[in-house]
Amino acid sequence: MATSPIPDVMFPRPYLVREVAKETPDTFTLKLEPGDGANGRQFRPGQFSMLWVFGVGELPISISGNPSEREALVYTVRSVGQATNALVTQAAGNGVGVRGPFGRGWPMEAARGHDVIVVAGGIGLAPLRPVIYEVLENREAYGRLVVLYGARSPRDLLYRKELAAWARHRETQVLVTVDYGGMSWRGHVGVVTTLFKYARLKPSRSVAMICGPEIMMRFVTRELESHGLNRNDIYVSMERNMKCGVGFCGHCQFGAHFICKDGPVFTYERMRPLLEKYEL
Amino acid sequence: MSQAPPGILSVGQLGQLIQILMRRGYSVVGPVARDAAIVYDQIEKVEDLPSGWTDEQAPGHYRLKRREDDALFGYAVGPQSWKTYLHPPEVRLWAAQRADSSFRILNNEGTGAGPRAFLGVRTCELVAIRLQDRVLLQDQYHDFIYETRRKGAFLIAVECTQAAATCFCASMGAGPTVMGGADLVLTELLEGGHRFLVRAPSERGLAVLTELGTTAANKADIAQAAAAVRQAEREQVRSIDQSSIRQLLYQNFEHPRWDSVAMRCLSCANCTMVCPTCFCTTVEDVSDVTGEHAERWRRWDSCFTQAFSYIHGGSVRTSGKARYRQWMTHKLAAWFDQFGSSGCVGCGRCITWCPAGIDITEEVRALQEGDDHGNP
Amino acid sequence: METLERIIAAHPFFTDLDPAFTSLMVGCASNVKFKRGDYIFREGDPANTFYLIREGKVSVEIQAPQHEPMIVASLQEGEILGWSWLLPPYQWKHHARAVGDVRAIALDGKCLRTKCEENHDLGYEVLKRFARIIEQRLEATRLQLIDVYAVR
Repeated sequence: MATSPIPDVMFPRPYLVREVAKETPDTFTLKLEPGDGANGRQFRPGQFSMLWVFGVGELPISISGNPSEREALVYTVRSVGQATNALVTQAAGNGVGVRGPFGRGWPMEAARGHDVIVVAGGIGLAPLRPVIYEVLENREAYGRLVVLYGARSPRDLLYRKELAAWARHRETQVLVTVDYGGMSWRGHVGVVTTLFKYARLKPSRSVAMICGPEIMMRFVTRELESHGLNRNDIYVSMERNMKCGVGFCGHCQFGAHFICKDGPVFTYERMRPLLEKYEL
Repeated sequence: MSQAPPGILSVGQLGQLIQILMRRGYSVVGPVARDAAIVYDQIEKVEDLPSGWTDEQAPGHYRLKRREDDALFGYAVGPQSWKTYLHPPEVRLWAAQRADSSFRILNNEGTGAGPRAFLGVRTCELVAIRLQDRVLLQDQYHDFIYETRRKGAFLIAVECTQAAATCFCASMGAGPTVMGGADLVLTELLEGGHRFLVRAPSERGLAVLTELGTTAANKADIAQAAAAVRQAEREQVRSIDQSSIRQLLYQNFEHPRWDSVAMRCLSCANCTMVCPTCFCTTVEDVSDVTGEHAERWRRWDSCFTQAFSYIHGGSVRTSGKARYRQWMTHKLAAWFDQFGSSGCVGCGRCITWCPAGIDITEEVRALQEGDDHGNP
Repeated sequence: METLERIIAAHPFFTDLDPAFTSLMVGCASNVKFKRGDYIFREGDPANTFYLIREGKVSVEIQAPQHEPMIVASLQEGEILGWSWLLPPYQWKHHARAVGDVRAIALDGKCLRTKCEENHDLGYEVLKRFARIIEQRLEATRLQLIDVYAVR
């Protein structure tokens, strides 16, 4: 099999769109496969790619697929502007440029032998889905899996069928909530922090992984700490403006950290003094 | 590091040196007086150099003044730094062509530069180049454009024998004595005849010097050169107290001085453009009218722009205060955590070229002395 | 009554409460059941009871004209429902609806109010505990309010 002819991290590789599936009114999951005949690149949960649409622009998007599936790269994208809209409206067979995978991902190694708490808000479930896949496919290596997921409203929930399927695994708890429910919603209503009291946690042997809007992550980390988790066992995935994804353009700096290469996953211990600084 | 003893070059021999480099395939870039400033441009002979010019610098002030002698390097630094060539303001990263419903990246024709010899690299600039090497070549990934240009760059340092009022390289540990990184080091001597002390710290520098042929320098020449460089150090009136500078900046996130500087700062980004270590860039994707051909260009960017920290919903650093604070904290403190040293070489350009005359050394002092009033 | 005492004493709300007080509270308690869809109380009704949910889910709702009621919070097993009985005008501000079948312990608020007036130490303990519940609900509500998931 030919190796990739493009060695440099600034050159996008052509990947072809296999499928675009609608998750919610504004969020879509894209499945891409290598379009240049070369091997797919393995990624670690929590890593991201720079996705490029010909003539439109490039964006950092977290990989939301299964790490054990080598050939495909899966991304869940929320359409919020010109570039994201261009991505989600690609037809099957179209070429999309992919650079990466980049970044430091979730601590799958450190979490072995521990209970894993996944706390996701909104689109934040996308970069955490690979964690859930990896834990469920290597069940013996991990303790309990607790998934706490909050979205704005029922129609904004991602991966609903999978959420139900995950809940059926042994030693696995999946709790879902929405901020705004309707009469037809029989599930929980309230912000994701309200789910904590229902989670069966063992704080002393838990590793928590959190992704969502920054405000949500601030409240969730505080809540987890009050439940007895150590700041070094709580991980968050940060987001900032990115132009290169490889530590050269300087845009993603947060304090002294480059979110693209020192992160996007960091321990709460490291992030805590920075998160409370306004306009850092 | 070659062990050859220092030599002496005459002014004429300097011209020959330029010729030798050109014959060896280098395009020689050096200082020229143009547009009322000393800028870096391609040169071919000694006459192209800014003979008899010096620069008068102060916060928000730069003037070229005539000297009484015909020193070729009798100035400090101009608005440009060598990053103009090594880390260019605008460069094409790649071009792509549509191919059915996908695309193909076209062979990059190269990074647009043959080998260059830089004549007149100041000590602060040598340190700045080393700092950019650390960022762009020695971290997790390396920048192939910078790498190509850097490998092809022959550096001829010229030690400073005077300092501008805005210079503070000595307090930053970045000069004025050259500490390494150059292929050739020149020190201009005026008294007792216009000539240059020359040293060849690198193998390729030595090769060029050997081809040129120089007379050996005597003890007096060497002493005169050392004294001239010491003079440059003595003339520096500005400084930054480096002790605990990291702590100072990290612990003063809410200091009222930031509000004071925010009232003066125009967010014009001049400082980041003239700074020899600032490396931030942005990318721009363009396509032609037919939509068949696309290119990605890389351009200098500045953390002072509103858009720099934009993520969906808005910018993280909306206020000018936050942006100035970011620049200064990064340059003087965060750089240590990221790259193991300060990001500032004390060249003073940001002071000279700030239209509001903001002086980074003064801002540090205000933080250190707990100046709450921050009167401009 | 004996079983109720045990359940109430075991409930987190009553932790560290003087057993004498717990017995006092038990005197005002009874078991209740609601069927799916039942309204446990409605906005505007006099508030004289609060509930310890033992099983099932309750949604707290606000009536909106020309609109189906809006759910603002969900409460489940182990949680306390209702604090409007504690302060004048002793009137419910929201609807509370059983989402599925619900079993709960109802505590007579009127009875308890009287006992709290007579015994301020008891009153202080009760208020402290309710203040904590109200604080948690307020924090959660504020988070809901700022609509973190919205695209700005």
